[in-house]
Amino acid sequence: MPLYRSGAFVTDDWTFLTDDTPLPATGAVGVSRTRFLAERDALLGRTDPVGVMLTAGDTLAGIVPDLPRLALIALRFPKYGDGRPYSLARLLRERHGYRGELRAIGDVLHDQIPLMRRCGFDAFEVSHPSTVAALRDQRVVAVRHHYQPASAEASEIRPESHPWRRVSAPHL
Amino acid sequence: MYRYDEFDRAFVHERVAEFRDQVGRRLSGELTEDQFKPLRLMNGVYLQLHAYMLRIAIPYGTLSSRQLRQLAAIARDHDRGYGHFTTRQNLQFNWIALKDVPDILEKLAAVEMHAIQTSGNCIRNVTADHFAGAAADEIADPRPYAEILRQWSSLHPEFTFLPRKFKIAVTGSPHDRAAIQTHDIGLQLTRDATGALGFVVYVGGGQGRTPMVARKIRDFLPERDLLAYCTAILRVYNLEGRRDNKYKARIKILVHESGEAAFREAVEAEFAALRDEALDLPTPERDRIATYFAPPPFAALPERSVVFERAIAADPDFARFASRNAHPHKVPGYAIVTVSLKPVGGPPGDATATQMEAVADIAAHYAFDEIRVSHEQNLVLPHVRRDDLPAVFAALRQAGLATPNAGLVTDIISCPGLDYCALATARSIPVAERISERFADLDRQHEIGDIKIKISGCINACGHHHVGHIGILGLERKGEEFYQITLGGSGDETCTIGEIVGPGFSSRRIVDAVETVIDTYLALRTSPRENFLAAYRRLGEAPFREALYAAAE
Amino acid sequence: MSKRSKTFAPVVATANDLATGTVVFRTPDGRWSADLATAEIATTPAEADALRLRADADVAADRVVDLALVPVVRDGAFVRPTALRELIRASGPTITLPTDAPRIGRAARPTP
Repeated sequence: MPLYRSGAFVTDDWTFLTDDTPLPATGAVGVSRTRFLAERDALLGRTDPVGVMLTAGDTLAGIVPDLPRLALIALRFPKYGDGRPYSLARLLRERHGYRGELRAIGDVLHDQIPLMRRCGFDAFEVSHPSTVAALRDQRVVAVRHHYQPASAEASEIRPESHPWRRVSAPHL
Repeated sequence: MYRYDEFDRAFVHERVAEFRDQVGRRLSGELTEDQFKPLRLMNGVYLQLHAYMLRIAIPYGTLSSRQLRQLAAIARDHDRGYGHFTTRQNLQFNWIALKDVPDILEKLAAVEMHAIQTSGNCIRNVTADHFAGAAADEIADPRPYAEILRQWSSLHPEFTFLPRKFKIAVTGSPHDRAAIQTHDIGLQLTRDATGALGFVVYVGGGQGRTPMVARKIRDFLPERDLLAYCTAILRVYNLEGRRDNKYKARIKILVHESGEAAFREAVEAEFAALRDEALDLPTPERDRIATYFAPPPFAALPERSVVFERAIAADPDFARFASRNAHPHKVPGYAIVTVSLKPVGGPPGDATATQMEAVADIAAHYAFDEIRVSHEQNLVLPHVRRDDLPAVFAALRQAGLATPNAGLVTDIISCPGLDYCALATARSIPVAERISERFADLDRQHEIGDIKIKISGCINACGHHHVGHIGILGLERKGEEFYQITLGGSGDETCTIGEIVGPGFSSRRIVDAVETVIDTYLALRTSPRENFLAAYRRLGEAPFREALYAAAE
Repeated sequence: MSKRSKTFAPVVATANDLATGTVVFRTPDGRWSADLATAEIATTPAEADALRLRADADVAADRVVDLALVPVVRDGAFVRPTALRELIRASGPTITLPTDAPRIGRAARPTP
């Protein structure tokens, strides 16, 4: 699946395992929250990076203490009208200080990506062909002026003397 | 009123460009209707029975004459010469072509307006008391807070895909003209023992198929915590609200199912955590926004106006108009004027382009250039000199806008119903028109006094029938329209959901039924000072039910 | 809409034009017309299924949206939808639309 990260399409260096797939000896792997909680020590004991997949409706219970040891969290949008992952993303970034990759998976479309970015997502698995084309050609027309601080603070300009206003970069 | 600066202008123009791109992708087939629908809804474009409908945001119902003239121009150039003011203080055009919408949005942007978040599962246009800044009973002006909430909620990245739509209303007066207890969040400005400003916070009100009065979850929220607290409420709702059934997805169901105490606890816990993260409301920013809502340069006038009093004595028509459509103002020598959009036999809330221009002219000349839209589907001139009331009356009369019926039986709220709406099950406008024709006689209307009739053409309750003193709900049975009556509802500070009195009535009989209810009230009231709602609360539904159904039994 | 029953009601295909939103009906020659009188009427379940397939293709081609097959009755030379909702869709609101009629006239500007 095409993966868009830091302004370009890149090769996905992660393997996502179903709960019954044996753990490979090497390579970056992502597992469900359930499997992470069950096999935590084995997973964190590996040399290669570990990530957790959450879906809308999951909570962060049980994984917060291990966030510094996770290199990736993938949040699944079961359909793009389901807005729960936006809140989960902000909680991860702002409340719990998560610094690893935050990947949007599932129903990820053109018009949601600017919002996802502001909530702290920095990687996007995209299957929708015209969304892939729009990202590749930098044709995503988005609103760059914002009325509220969000999680993309590092990449946004804060106009002077307006506590909540932000301006984001011209390209995603 | 609020004026855009460069930032605001850039924001709105970027949004127009974004929507133009989305419309282009839809027309070219790049987006399917399923993909496009949530995008167009987020910008107020519906597909109704006859055409696309465009809902334009009028933040907290405040307009300048320049803005109202532009709406008139759009009505002429892109619609059929009229528009419909809604129960959410917005304006709807009913005959819009999708391909024209980006150009219409450009025209709106030119006068600092937009259609952002007038639909969709997001935070909708924030509403406020239509007498804000003018009402004699006001503690503080709610508009600066409504504007702050408008800005904060605009394209909010976290709260654009909520379980369901989300409506916030703010009032600054103890007498609630903004129906805050029927909103997802209702905010009432208040002062604590030290005189500091803050809000009473209500959550979980709403109408629709499961009407609920909001619960008070905070007695006092300091004003600087407004955004953090709203964020906490929205975040709890976004994560916990039901998404399995769209009819159970509003926050009222979450509050109801989790229980008031558990819900409050969840919000307070999130708020406590959030308070450390940001989003307080610094005094300079509050002051910057509040400056835009500074009172206009009122003249120092005596309380009594000789011109006004002479006109009252000389012209019974004017006297009648003044008795209903002029309201007390906080500044001596001024009045608030209701411009009724409820002509006898006409559709409630509609105004033609020429009428909009007439109101714009009157506002520019007599009312510091300000117009309000009320959720009761009328227009309001908030600041008029009492000396000028006779001239304003004459100018309104010339435009067909001087109907002296504010708050009377013919001042009916009605949704568009099956004449326009794709969701409706029955027509509502023709019922409103026939009721107003039945009660056309002004002496009779004034004799009946204060009463609110509200009509919805389906269970979604856009016509607010649940909180009508007399509510009428249009339904369909075996291909025929029929109408259910509820009594005793109220949307003010004594918020109450009306009670269904019995079986519904056919379209032919509904007007007779309303007349029966009103005749019963007139016969049983203790005096003309006991209005319909007070009498109903004293009497209960029994005498009304008996009068309505005795003949049939 | 095309529900099978012992008494099959004739149907027409109706939708809204994608670009303008205008209520339109599918004609026998594959156009979409605002005039119900020109609509193709399917009089058997088989004809209705075929009409639905052709109309679905027009939806897929992004010509129209919100497709439905709606029952109609012939009333002498006229055709009208059976349901009130569709009758209003086909013929417009049942109320008098607001106009700037001469009786109102353009409001005089207030004299300074």
